[in-house]
Amino acid sequence: MINFLILPILIPLVTGVLLIFAAKRIMLQRWIAGISSVIAIILSALLVQKVRVDGIQTLDVSSWEAPFGITLVSDMMSALLVLTTSIIAFLCLIYSFWSIGEAREKFYYYAAFNFLIVGVNGAFTTGDIFNLFVFFEVMLMASYVLLVLGGKKAQLRESIKYILVNVISSALFVIAVAYLYSVVGTLNMAHISVRISEASQGNPPGIITVIAVLFLIVFGLKGAIFPLYFWMPGSYYAPPAPVLALFGALLTKVGVYSITRTYTLFFYHDTGFTHQLLSFLAIMSIIAGVIGAIAYWDIKKIIIYNIIIAVGAILFGVSAMTTDSLTGSIFYLIHDMIIKAALFLLAGIIIAIAGTSNLHKISGLIKRYPGLGWTFFIAALALAGIPPLSGFVGKLLIIKGGFEAEHYWGAGIVLMSSLLVLFSIMKIFINGFWGTPRAYKGEDKVPVGKMMIAPVILVVIAVFYGAGSEYVYPYILQAAETLANPEIYIEAVLKEY
Amino acid sequence: MEILMAFVIGILFMSATYLMLSKSLLRIIVGTGLLSHGAHMLILTMGGLKTGSAPLLGENAPYTDPIPQALILTAIVISFGVTAFFLVLAYRAYQELGTDNMDRMRGTEGND
Amino acid sequence: MKTNDIILQTATKVVLFLIILFSIHIFFAGHYTPGGGFVGGLLTSGAIVLLLLAFDMKTVSKILPVNYIHMIAVGLLFAIGTGAGALLFNVPFLTHAFGHVDLPILGDTSLHTATLFDLGVFLVVVGVTMTIIQTIGEDE
Repeated sequence: MINFLILPILIPLVTGVLLIFAAKRIMLQRWIAGISSVIAIILSALLVQKVRVDGIQTLDVSSWEAPFGITLVSDMMSALLVLTTSIIAFLCLIYSFWSIGEAREKFYYYAAFNFLIVGVNGAFTTGDIFNLFVFFEVMLMASYVLLVLGGKKAQLRESIKYILVNVISSALFVIAVAYLYSVVGTLNMAHISVRISEASQGNPPGIITVIAVLFLIVFGLKGAIFPLYFWMPGSYYAPPAPVLALFGALLTKVGVYSITRTYTLFFYHDTGFTHQLLSFLAIMSIIAGVIGAIAYWDIKKIIIYNIIIAVGAILFGVSAMTTDSLTGSIFYLIHDMIIKAALFLLAGIIIAIAGTSNLHKISGLIKRYPGLGWTFFIAALALAGIPPLSGFVGKLLIIKGGFEAEHYWGAGIVLMSSLLVLFSIMKIFINGFWGTPRAYKGEDKVPVGKMMIAPVILVVIAVFYGAGSEYVYPYILQAAETLANPEIYIEAVLKEY
Repeated sequence: MEILMAFVIGILFMSATYLMLSKSLLRIIVGTGLLSHGAHMLILTMGGLKTGSAPLLGENAPYTDPIPQALILTAIVISFGVTAFFLVLAYRAYQELGTDNMDRMRGTEGND
Repeated sequence: MKTNDIILQTATKVVLFLIILFSIHIFFAGHYTPGGGFVGGLLTSGAIVLLLLAFDMKTVSKILPVNYIHMIAVGLLFAIGTGAGALLFNVPFLTHAFGHVDLPILGDTSLHTATLFDLGVFLVVVGVTMTIIQTIGEDE
């Protein structure tokens, strides 16, 4: 079946549409959404296996051949990310059943949820730069709806800022695509790569570098890198936990994926400037994120700043551009998606119990909720990259790649950041879980047991991902090799080149 | 012609920036509209403002490159949707918060 | 407040049908010439907005008892369905089929599955536009 790689996009899309009809019948909605996301997980796992066996999968949508029509391309990296997205989507969905509230469920929550997944999976899969923009917009539209649902004052206020930032960055995206089109005259990503190589025999024209930086700004705004993360702590603070988990785990990672893709496929000719800039910004992101994570005494804020640190670490690996560091980046990217989702969901439970996210007002939770405490502890260790948990291998490879590329300072800072990440996350554990137990208003109404299902599964996945990294490694290596050698990608898409 | 277009686009971006820096939410939305309008004009200009550059194999017909137009159509539809959503949101925010002044919408709750 | 809008109301009753007919023309013209689902949809929703201006919301929802959000969903189903039909024949997603048919009155007509896709776009556009206008206009 040649249409196989479109199924992870198509299934959530159809589900989302069907859910619009079932808006008032909550149980029906839950069943439809749940079953469809299980199917999506199975299919994307099969897709990963297919890519592993048969190599890169491509689909020329609408039967227009490769450089002329829109092409969907599933290489190992995008297949793995689609699989991770499907798993996280399913678990966030389960978590929503008991925490999101009837009002939202009746107001097209699940439909918007599925459209978000369409956008994310589409952005991971597409092989056309303008189509990437379209999927970005699908994803953003859904995220606007999810952000504003519920209509609390803080949500409305933050949504306005979030939309404004994203509208501006979308306009910049269109501008960047326009410049790129005027230079290379094509939109197919593989073809763009070929044309840029032809144009920059040894010495790339300056305009290409300008476009590269423009793309970095566009994707950096979505992915929250150093000077462009200013919107994130405020906007991500507003929505409820499952939405926050989706945003934190998926949306920023789409930006990171896009930077990785464009910087390994298009703009690898003038690495002296573009990749230096990228590595500088990555290091600055880590520093800014660490400062934020240590300074705040608010559970959500601490984890949100940890997103910025992770983005920095991943992009540092990308900027080093060795196979090792790219392997590390992909490893860490997938690890971070899983563990951030788990942490946000756990934080959601803590906030639901305590009624506040202020650490000064929470203490002694471990007495009544030992399961929650220890799950959080394991997730925290995994986040910081304590061996044998999942963060370790990725970070090790990133640092190794950094040393190979002689970015000693950068690699050192990535290493140091692990310690401070551990400190910031342990701050939540020590203040929230130790100390004298308090009584919280309305804590008995929180279905902690049911809400724990999703984060526990995520943490278990993270543990296996770390402990079984030997079995995952070949897949990741294949992904990194495709990134390090653009010819593989180009050959798969354009065939005759 | 390209130079003229460059000026037009520049003026559009300039007005958009000016409007987006103002305090009234409605002006900001108009600003985003102008911004995306400028971006669409830019695609058109970047695609080449002459005929005869069609991507047709083996045919030298006086067509214009259709891709920029397709891109603009897509981008217009998207910005139509986003602007519409933004307007509804602004209206809801005005009802809920009682102001359309960005200065008064400042601040987050729950910060130390 | 009672306003005297008899001219608008009378004119609307005539103009409405002209606009809708024109929008249908534009919709089908989009097959080979400029036009299509998006523009046609916008024109149709323009007609409905005119109706809203001339009469009030209650009257209009009595005349057109349509749930516009469902209309978006139906439109999306049309569009996705046309695309996904390609899956059954194992050709790439969104591949369209077309052919010529001799119809009794219309003569040689080219039929194209892209029209179904465009019908989906049409419905989505009308649905989205009307949903927005209803949301803003609801609590006057």
